[in-house]
Amino acid sequence: MRPIEVIRFALRGLAANRLRSLLTTLGISIGVAAVILLVAVGAGAGDVIQQSIRDLGTNAISVLPRFFTLGIDPENAPIQQRDLTLDDVDALSNPRRAPDVETVSPLVQFPVTLSYRDQSYTIQEFAGSTESYFRVTNTDVGEGVLWTDAEVATARRVVALGATPAEELFGSADPIGERIEIGRVPFTVVAVLEARGSLGPVDADDTAVAPITAVQQGLSGYGPLTAIVVQARSEEAVPFAEQQVVTILDEQHDIEDPDDRDYQIFNQASLLEATGIATTTISIMLAAVAGISLVVGGIGIMNIMLVSVTERTREIGIRKAVGAQRGVILAQFLAEAIFLSMIGGSVGVAAGLLGASIDIAGIDPRPVPAAVIGSFAVSVAIGLFFGSYPAARAASLRPIEALRYE
Amino acid sequence: MSLPITLPAPGSVSARPVIEVEDVHRVYGEGETAVHALRGVSFAVDVGDYVAIRGASGSGKSTLMNILGCLDAPTSGRYVLEGHDVSRLDDGQQAVLRNRRIGFVFQSFNLLRRTSAIANVELPLVYAGVPRKDRRRRATAALELVGLADRTHHLPNELSGGQQQRVAVARALVTSPSLVLADEPTGNLDSSSTEEVLIALDHLNVVGRTIVVITHEDLVAEHTKRTIELLDGMIMSDHRTVPVGDPPPRWRGEA
Repeated sequence: MRPIEVIRFALRGLAANRLRSLLTTLGISIGVAAVILLVAVGAGAGDVIQQSIRDLGTNAISVLPRFFTLGIDPENAPIQQRDLTLDDVDALSNPRRAPDVETVSPLVQFPVTLSYRDQSYTIQEFAGSTESYFRVTNTDVGEGVLWTDAEVATARRVVALGATPAEELFGSADPIGERIEIGRVPFTVVAVLEARGSLGPVDADDTAVAPITAVQQGLSGYGPLTAIVVQARSEEAVPFAEQQVVTILDEQHDIEDPDDRDYQIFNQASLLEATGIATTTISIMLAAVAGISLVVGGIGIMNIMLVSVTERTREIGIRKAVGAQRGVILAQFLAEAIFLSMIGGSVGVAAGLLGASIDIAGIDPRPVPAAVIGSFAVSVAIGLFFGSYPAARAASLRPIEALRYE
Repeated sequence: MSLPITLPAPGSVSARPVIEVEDVHRVYGEGETAVHALRGVSFAVDVGDYVAIRGASGSGKSTLMNILGCLDAPTSGRYVLEGHDVSRLDDGQQAVLRNRRIGFVFQSFNLLRRTSAIANVELPLVYAGVPRKDRRRRATAALELVGLADRTHHLPNELSGGQQQRVAVARALVTSPSLVLADEPTGNLDSSSTEEVLIALDHLNVVGRTIVVITHEDLVAEHTKRTIELLDGMIMSDHRTVPVGDPPPRWRGEA
């Protein structure tokens, strides 16, 4: 007997019970769609994070304070923190000692409420920095003129607003030249930054940047820096620049044990890598959860196939009486189970891809080919696995008993 | 699928009986509850014969039919079908034997539901690995032989009982088997349908098929050339009315 005949019998068997076959495939469809969709959302979220890191510039190096232990015994030592200061910024801005460093931008960042007349708006990341910050973060001006290091030197209260606060405070009116209050301190709006659009849940335009000197003088005081952003001469120079930064800061902070520094360094490349690993892990977890529904769908197939074998006992008896061998019956019922799961898998792939074409919570899901192919393959394997027991039962029926079955 | 045993080509003339049954016993169960369905049955059926096996219910005729059809195995004794000792064949080989050498006609027709007459007739050919075109041709010819050429694409539930049973007869003969086994083929039919089916069986015998019919009806036995009576698992009488080489006694057509 030819394989094509087995397939034809299997399809005819499924067609005899269309509604039931369709309902049976539903479980697999949902499972496959869920795997594809969740992995796509995970990938899309990862893209958002990676893009926002890239927006910071790939040759940027961020220095952040770090909790550290001073004692020999790290478990009992009091946790302390050494702040990053403008002294550190000065030390890093030494072209002789740090030849691969292009710019050094001190950064203070905190949430603050902006108000204009009777409008007020709170932004999470109000930033005080220097002119180079605009460059290292790839920030362009939309309207007006960006403030420069001249304004930093004189601590002038000027601010460049992101598109979101500009919209919130001024609506369609022109904000340039207007005075707003930032935490009750008056600042003049000199520029609106070019809109970047939102990256998923992160609104890249929800920002405002003022000269660090003015911010410290009027708002934050001369306290610690939130971060120091260092720009390497080029992307290739990042590792050298990073080494130079480490050498200078170790000296500044009297670090003896390189494993116990009071600051930490992120370059965009390692950050990209780290977030990549994190989002992949999350995607795999999501896929595993969705995978459970695939198994549930498989049990549904087994259930229906067992019912089908019982119902069709007589048919099996007839087939055996006219000479169907055990293997042929096995193949027919196995093929039916695999078709069920393949149909379910195909519908699931279509539904998953369709779902992935819609924005979900501001994330543009990106279907991952491996997840699409993988979940489809798994669904077929599930049909094979869960179909084998009912098929074996059908094949082992004795024709004489099967024929008598009513 | 290749035939694991060598069989003579269909239609080849052989002096050997189609069926040789030697001292066949069949016991169901064990010990005190054992039921002896067959207690030493021996007979032979020659090529071209048309035999009725009769007996009351419980006489062992269904058990004998199952053994002759390779659906069941004797507890002891020998059953040789066309020179092949069936007890020596495994499951798969018995399936091949059923497929190539035996055609079944059952009391309850046993056609596949939701499957057209021609597809039902083709079924044994599918399992024999016959190509599609050949199948169609042979199945159509078989349906013509039983007078159902105009019903090929009807479903079983669109056919009368007699027509359904004739489809079953067509299915039994389509592989050109050495033996057609009919188990109470008219048990579920009214008199006119019974006549249709018996004429179809007579016709089969006329064209050279060996037929064994299990029945308890006199009318059926009147169509056969030989009658074996079973009682309590043993042969009570074996009575021939017409020589093997002659046409069936009720045959009115031309040979």
